[in-house]
Amino acid sequence: MTTSPTGTVDNDTLLEIFRRTSLINQTDERFRSLLISGKIRLVYYPVRGQEVLSASMMTALNPDDYLVTTYRGVHDQLAKGIPLKKLWAEFTGKATGTCKGKGGPMHITDPETGVMVTTGIVGSGLPIANGLALSSQLKKDGRVTVVCFGDGSTNIGAFHEALNMAQIWKLPVIFLCQNNRYGEHTAFAESTSARQIVDRAVGYNMNAIKVDGNDAEAMYLAAKAAVDRARNGGGPTLIEAMTFRMLGHVFGANTSYVPKELVQQAIDEDPVPRLRKTLLDRQISEDQLAAIDAGIASDLNDAVAFALDSPYPDAGEIRIDVLSTEIAA
Amino acid sequence: MNAPTKISFSQGINMALDEALAADPNVFLLGEDIADAQGGGVFKATLGLSAKHGTDRVRSTPISEQAIVGAAVGAAITGMRPVAEIMFMNFLTVCMDQLVNHAAKLRFMSGGLTSVPLTIRCGTGAGVGFGGQHSDMLEAWFAHVPGMKVVTASNPADAKGLLLSAIEDDDPTLFIENVAMYAAQGAPPEPGYKVPLGKAAIRRAGGDVTIITYGRPVGEVEAVAETLAAEGISAEVIDLRTIAPFDEAAVLNSVAKTGRAVIVHEAVKAFGVGAEISSRIHEELFGQLKSPVKRVGSKYSPVPFSPPLEQAFLYSRAEIAAAVKATMG
Repeated sequence: MTTSPTGTVDNDTLLEIFRRTSLINQTDERFRSLLISGKIRLVYYPVRGQEVLSASMMTALNPDDYLVTTYRGVHDQLAKGIPLKKLWAEFTGKATGTCKGKGGPMHITDPETGVMVTTGIVGSGLPIANGLALSSQLKKDGRVTVVCFGDGSTNIGAFHEALNMAQIWKLPVIFLCQNNRYGEHTAFAESTSARQIVDRAVGYNMNAIKVDGNDAEAMYLAAKAAVDRARNGGGPTLIEAMTFRMLGHVFGANTSYVPKELVQQAIDEDPVPRLRKTLLDRQISEDQLAAIDAGIASDLNDAVAFALDSPYPDAGEIRIDVLSTEIAA
Repeated sequence: MNAPTKISFSQGINMALDEALAADPNVFLLGEDIADAQGGGVFKATLGLSAKHGTDRVRSTPISEQAIVGAAVGAAITGMRPVAEIMFMNFLTVCMDQLVNHAAKLRFMSGGLTSVPLTIRCGTGAGVGFGGQHSDMLEAWFAHVPGMKVVTASNPADAKGLLLSAIEDDDPTLFIENVAMYAAQGAPPEPGYKVPLGKAAIRRAGGDVTIITYGRPVGEVEAVAETLAAEGISAEVIDLRTIAPFDEAAVLNSVAKTGRAVIVHEAVKAFGVGAEISSRIHEELFGQLKSPVKRVGSKYSPVPFSPPLEQAFLYSRAEIAAAVKATMG
C-alpha cells in the first residue's frame, strides 16, 4: 500500500524544480516585505518552508492538468505556472488580476494554467477535485487532478467522503497532504488521532505514499509515481508530504505556541538551501543558480510594479459574474 | 403507441432528464440509488435512465452529500452539466458548504473564468408523514445566496419544462420537487417543451386580488379562487415557477391592476419568500395598494409526524380564503 518510489531525477528536472522553488521563495518574501512596508494590505498565509514539495509536485504534472488548492496556496499556484503579473494584481484587488480582483488571495483561479479552484474552506477542495477528475475520466482527456490541503484538513468530513468516492470510482486524482505539523494554531498530535496521515488511506483501500516533502528528489519521484498511476487508470493516491510551516498560520501573528527546538530543526532542514546544495553537489555552477534567481527577481519587480500601477475594478463589476446574465442596476 | 393523455410529476422529471441526456453528452446524473440496479431513485424519477444511457452517466453514489455536490461542482467548472439528486431537501444541510461557498460563488470569485452549470434536484414537503428531517421547505435560504437560482413546479408539464431549462441554464439551479406531488397527474407536455426560468405563469385571471404562489400550493390556491369567485371575489393566481430570481414584472403588473396581494407558500411563514415579495410590492406600489399585503405559510414549528399535527402545521385553504377576504376589507 504505502510505497516509496525509487529512481533518479535528472539535472534538467531538478533545475526546473529549483526555478519554481526560487519563484515561490522570492514571491513569498516579497509579499512579506511589502506588507511590512505598508505598500499592500491583505491577509497573507505564508508558504515559507513548503516551496520544494509544491515545486516538485507540479513539475511532475502537465500544463493542462488540474489543480485545486487552499488559501495557503500561492506556492501551488506559482509552481503550476500561473502568470506572475495577474497573480500579483489579484492579490492586490486590481482589475487586471486573474479574477478581476473579485476573488482575491483566497480564491485564485486561472483555468489556462489549470488552477481551477482555490478555496478558503478547509477540506472542501477535495470533493471538487473528484469532480474535475470525474470529468477527465468521462471525457477520457487524460488529465490528472491534484488537490492540495494541510494535515488539519484530514479531520473534516469532506476529506473522508472524497477519499471514499475517489477510490470506488478509481478517479485520476492525487490527494496531496502537505503535512506542515499545524492546523491553525494546534499541533498535529493534539488534533489528529492518526499516527500519520497515510494511515487514513488504509481505511479507503487507497494507494498512499509518505515522503519527505523537503527533499526535491524524493518528492518528485513520489509525485511522478502518483501521476503516472492516475494517468494510466490506476486510480487515486494519497501523498503525505512532510514539511514545516515556518512562519505560522497568518503572517504577523504570534507563533510562540511553536516550540523553539522545532523552529530550529525546521531552519536546519530548510528545503530551499538544501535543494541548492543538491544542485551544487551535482556540479551545477553557483553562477547558473544565481542567474535563475536574478531572472525571477526581475520578473517579480515587473509583476509588483504592474500590480501597484493597475486600476481597481469599476464599481459596476458588482453586477457582473454573479449570474450568467448581468444583474440590473 | 399513442401519446399518454396524462403523465405523473415523476414522469415529467424523467422525460426532462432523458431528453437532456440524449441531447448533450456533457449532461450526467449522480445521486444516491438513482441507477436502475438501486431502484431508479427512491421516487423512481430516474427509472430506466441508466439502462438507456449507461451507469457512467446515470451513476449511483455513496451516501455522501458533500462528495456528490462537490463532484458535481468540479465537473461543472470543466463545462459538464451535472444533475445531482439530493434525495431530500433537508440533506442539503450537510452539503451547504459546497452549495453556498462554491457552486453559487465560483463564477463571481473567478471573475467569470469558471461557471457552475449545475442542477440540484431535491424532494421535500409536509403532509406525507416524513417528520421533522425530511419535509422542510428551505427555498428562502438559497434564494438569499447571490449566484443561485431556485425553481419549483406546480404540475407535471412544468416539471419537465422547468427542469430542462434548469439543466441548460449556465447558473447553479436548485430544483425543488414536492414529494406529495410525485404521483400527481397532469397533461403531458409536447416533445421539446421548455419553460423559461424567471417567468411566472398566470394560472387564473382576475381583477380584485393577486394571489402569488408556487409549487404544491398552486393547486390549493386555484381551488380557493374558484370558491371565492362564487362569492364574487375575482382572484388572479400567479404561479412563480422560478422563486429566485422571481418574475417581479409579472407580480408588480398584476398587483398594480388589482391593488391587493396575498402570498402563499408551504415554507414556514416567518422570514420566508413571502416576506421578500411583500416588501417588493410595498416598495414599488405602496400608494396604489388598497390594503396591506397578506401572507399565508406554514406554522413556526418543525414539521410534526402525527397526522393532525402535520395538518395543523401546514397552511390551509381556509387560511388562504381568510387572507384574501382580509385584503378585501
